[in-house]
Amino acid sequence: MNDRLFVATRKGLFTVARSGDSKRWGVSRAAFLGDRVSMVFPDPRDGTVYAALALDHFGVKLHRSFDGGETWEEVTAPSYPKQPQSENQQEGAIASEDSVIQIWCLEAAGVDEAGTLWAGTIPGGLFRSRDKGSSWELIHSLWDRPEREKWFGGGYDHPGIHSTCVDPRDSRHVTVGVSCGGVWVTFDGGDSWQCRAEGMHAEYMPREQQGDCWIQDPHRVVQCPSSPDVLWAQHHNGVFRTTDGAKSWQEILTVKPSVFGFAVAVHPKDPDTAWFVPGVKDECRIPVNAQVVVARTRDGGQSFEVLRQGLPQEHAYDLVYRHGLEVDSSGDQLAMGSTTGSLWISENGGDSWKHISTHLPPIYCVRFV
Amino acid sequence: MPRVIFTPNLRRHVSAPPSQVSGKTVRAVLEAVFKRNPKLQSYILDDQGRLRQHVVVFVDGELIQDRVGLSDAVEETAEIFVMQALSGG
Repeated sequence: MNDRLFVATRKGLFTVARSGDSKRWGVSRAAFLGDRVSMVFPDPRDGTVYAALALDHFGVKLHRSFDGGETWEEVTAPSYPKQPQSENQQEGAIASEDSVIQIWCLEAAGVDEAGTLWAGTIPGGLFRSRDKGSSWELIHSLWDRPEREKWFGGGYDHPGIHSTCVDPRDSRHVTVGVSCGGVWVTFDGGDSWQCRAEGMHAEYMPREQQGDCWIQDPHRVVQCPSSPDVLWAQHHNGVFRTTDGAKSWQEILTVKPSVFGFAVAVHPKDPDTAWFVPGVKDECRIPVNAQVVVARTRDGGQSFEVLRQGLPQEHAYDLVYRHGLEVDSSGDQLAMGSTTGSLWISENGGDSWKHISTHLPPIYCVRFV
Repeated sequence: MPRVIFTPNLRRHVSAPPSQVSGKTVRAVLEAVFKRNPKLQSYILDDQGRLRQHVVVFVDGELIQDRVGLSDAVEETAEIFVMQALSGG
């Protein structure tokens, strides 16, 4: 099992590790204190760590570390190409859809593509770097799709790409999740794209548009590494699963205590095992009955267990964001971080949880190293 | 030559020393600074070259009017202050 993780928060990046004879988990390092760290990505291919900042005044920045987070260097952040003079550049205009507002996901491309990264951003641009983040290209083939005009923001003013899943069998096959813009798939490394959200539905839309692919709000999409045709999505309107590489999605109605939430994690070796953190829909967004629980299925969604041992069960108002739940490469160890700065780790697949901290800043992302 | 002073709050992110550069508009002056110090640009301007939403610029104590084109005139003896706006929290 992994013995270190990064925690990206509203006020900095924290390294959490086991240490001492007792091998207890604790915060071992803080970086970027005071800054909003919207995403962190420790690249398992070469050990490079990337931290994306969304500074309130000074914009989006990207830093990288070659020594595990001890020292950092700023590199070029993704940015949109200069647009011709347009309405967005009129007097009084503010940052809008032609300027990166936030890096929302950072992922490795394939194991055969050393140093290549994917970055999803708000407002909805997908970027690729082939040189460990030194330079970035906007993926125009997705940005220029006419359906993108129908995307819209969910929780943020602009749409955003939060999930990028690279097929371990074929690096050119990439699946992207967009809030709110559906699920998009490329089979040719980003040259062309198909929208694949058949089976998802959106109650927040007029009836005749509820099944449209490009307005779906998958809050998070994850892919099982050992069975890449299986993907799970925690969607605004519930939980969906595909077993045919996103050609069709089936709704999972059995999630307890609710089908609403943001995070999902799938077991790396068992596509039928997945974890969710249910909450009260829509804008209420607190745990059901103010009790923090994790819902786990081990049979592909036919049934769910509600796991609560070690989690607060009275007046707990923790929300777990999209990237606030992660399972490690063993499939046994999970980390979970909340909007109220609570961090928990489970070493037995979620059966029980240990509180690591209750005092961190609001947590955006947890990632094992 | 106009003198440009940046908020000290930038210092923990990027080098932003006071600069004396030539230019007849705010954009011309800032571009001259960025030519010397390219990393600073993305902290002040967005992807399209507009002033960032939560950054403000004063020329001799007056808030600039053109946050998009940065066409406000700058005198030879002007002092330009680049500050963070309270609107950014």
